[in-house]
Amino acid sequence: MTAPLVEVENLSVNFVTRESNVTAVNGVSFTMMPGEVMCMLGESGSGKSVTMRALMRLLPEKRSVITGGIRIAGQDVQAMNDRALRQMRGATVSMIFQEPMTAFDPVVRVGDQIAEVVALHRGVSHKAGRRRALDLFDLVRIPSAERRLDAYPHELSGGLRQRAMIALALSCEPKLLLADEPTTALDATVQIQVLILLRKLQQEMGMSVIFVTHDLGVAAEIADRVAVMYAGRIVETGPVRDLLRTPLHPYTAGLLASTVHDQPRDRDLETIPGAPPDMRRLPPGCSFAPRCPKVGGDCLLTVPPPVSPAPGRVARCLRVPAAQPEFA
Amino acid sequence: MFSYILRRLLAAIPIALGVSMVCFALVYLAPGDPIQTLLPPDADAETVDRLKRLYGLDRPLPIQYLSWLARVAVGDFGRSIATGRPVAEEIRRSLGNTVLLASVSVLIAFSIAFVMGTIAGRRAGSWIDRIVTGIAVLGVSLPNYWLGIVLVIIFAVELMALPASGMAGERFDPTSWEHLQFLVLPVFTLSMIPVGIIARTTRSAVSEVMNQEFIVTLRANGLPEWRVLRHALKNALPPVLAVMGLQFGTLMGGSILVETVFAWPGSGYLLSKAILTRDIPVLQGTILVLALIFVATNLIVDLFQSTLDPRIRRG
Repeated sequence: MTAPLVEVENLSVNFVTRESNVTAVNGVSFTMMPGEVMCMLGESGSGKSVTMRALMRLLPEKRSVITGGIRIAGQDVQAMNDRALRQMRGATVSMIFQEPMTAFDPVVRVGDQIAEVVALHRGVSHKAGRRRALDLFDLVRIPSAERRLDAYPHELSGGLRQRAMIALALSCEPKLLLADEPTTALDATVQIQVLILLRKLQQEMGMSVIFVTHDLGVAAEIADRVAVMYAGRIVETGPVRDLLRTPLHPYTAGLLASTVHDQPRDRDLETIPGAPPDMRRLPPGCSFAPRCPKVGGDCLLTVPPPVSPAPGRVARCLRVPAAQPEFA
Repeated sequence: MFSYILRRLLAAIPIALGVSMVCFALVYLAPGDPIQTLLPPDADAETVDRLKRLYGLDRPLPIQYLSWLARVAVGDFGRSIATGRPVAEEIRRSLGNTVLLASVSVLIAFSIAFVMGTIAGRRAGSWIDRIVTGIAVLGVSLPNYWLGIVLVIIFAVELMALPASGMAGERFDPTSWEHLQFLVLPVFTLSMIPVGIIARTTRSAVSEVMNQEFIVTLRANGLPEWRVLRHALKNALPPVLAVMGLQFGTLMGGSILVETVFAWPGSGYLLSKAILTRDIPVLQGTILVLALIFVATNLIVDLFQSTLDPRIRRG
């Protein structure tokens, strides 16, 4: 039995301003094994990106309060000092961002930006860092890699920029890669290329990946396991096939029903009525209750506890039976 | 890069020509007649005409402009009406003094203001930001001729620690305190406004860059804060340099009042004398040279910016 790589226990993130106190992440728990790929699924504002940033403590310290436990590769991230934090960032854990245009320093050549990180973590010269950057560019299939090292970010196309971003993230062979909607800003055809590349690299390098997306198709393509987030909570987790085939939580079911797959033509897509709740004033019960087709009076009273009707599957919904007889 | 430099140089030519036209014409639009200041009020019409012919003032304006331009192009600015000496020589002598004063002031202002602005920009909204902004507003708002006079009263008249005005001698020697002490008060006075403007520009540039997404990327890759700041400053520098160039240009021509207060024998002082005596050749020559320096400064700043930020070269 190997030890889990990531253990997140009851993680909450509050953004505190003078006017309001927003709970962006509200009691999130999950564990990940080495080499596992997990998709975080959810709509904008559900707390996916904030969770990712909290894992690396990248949120502005003055304005955010993080509570709960985060352990990555056996280390308590919350307890790390600045030095330990810097050694973790980019080396043990690295992140790919949604918008590769703004994620690179616009006035430094991409090759030098990668070389700087490699030189920093590996303690090698800048020149050796650039040689590593060249290898990485070959790894992520950037054509004319030698020439592209000297390019500035604005001189690369969107797809190439994201490949360069992946090269930067993989430069120190991280154990955990956090991919924050890495394909959202790209053209559809480029999206698929980047996705295939990421899956291939994950298999070759054997790292764990948390892949944040709002695209069910992407989740089906790349994930072992899916965690569905709604209003700062994980409302359902499970193996990707089971979850997509037989969703437990009404929200997951609603998401599935509202995507294009094999519906007959001429039929309108189903939508989830209503809008996500105001994160400043969450309802006392289930956050999804106001939009839920299966809502009952008990849903409005308390936050549903996690129930596990089958091994590996968890949902936070009162309508999900605690354990089905055949698994008992 | 080379084609960018060439393009910028070519673009500067029409600007320089336009500038020369404006400063030639401005003098004629201004009230007052140089001939009248030279001659006694009861001079007869014939003497006036003769003198006008002598200085070429009787010919049509475009002709005057072209012949002036042709002579200027070879460095002949004519002779001063007031002193009779070649204008080129007067400008050369005074310009060096002004360049000295302006460049020392701007460099000192930049060193202080860039640090101030960086500290404030990193902590936008904090108490230290408010202090820096306060100093910056104060620097911009104090009338510098007034400040100059106050400083003279305190340090020269009351404390007798520094000289009140002038320079030590014809040739400036940067190694001797005898010479340097004359710079202290004018430089302090002149750097007040650039400190304010550069500090505010730096502050806003740094705070804007620090909010950009790539700063998070740098931190996410484990870069220590000083390296993050180095990336941020490289991004924030181009607009600050642009403002610094403008300030240098302004000090080159705009220090008339301060140079007069400190009797600093520079181009501002020369200009103010030329204005009072309606010495048109000196006026035209000085304004033209100052304007060309302004254009050249902007050109240099542009080129410098484009080496810092490769995105500029495409425009």
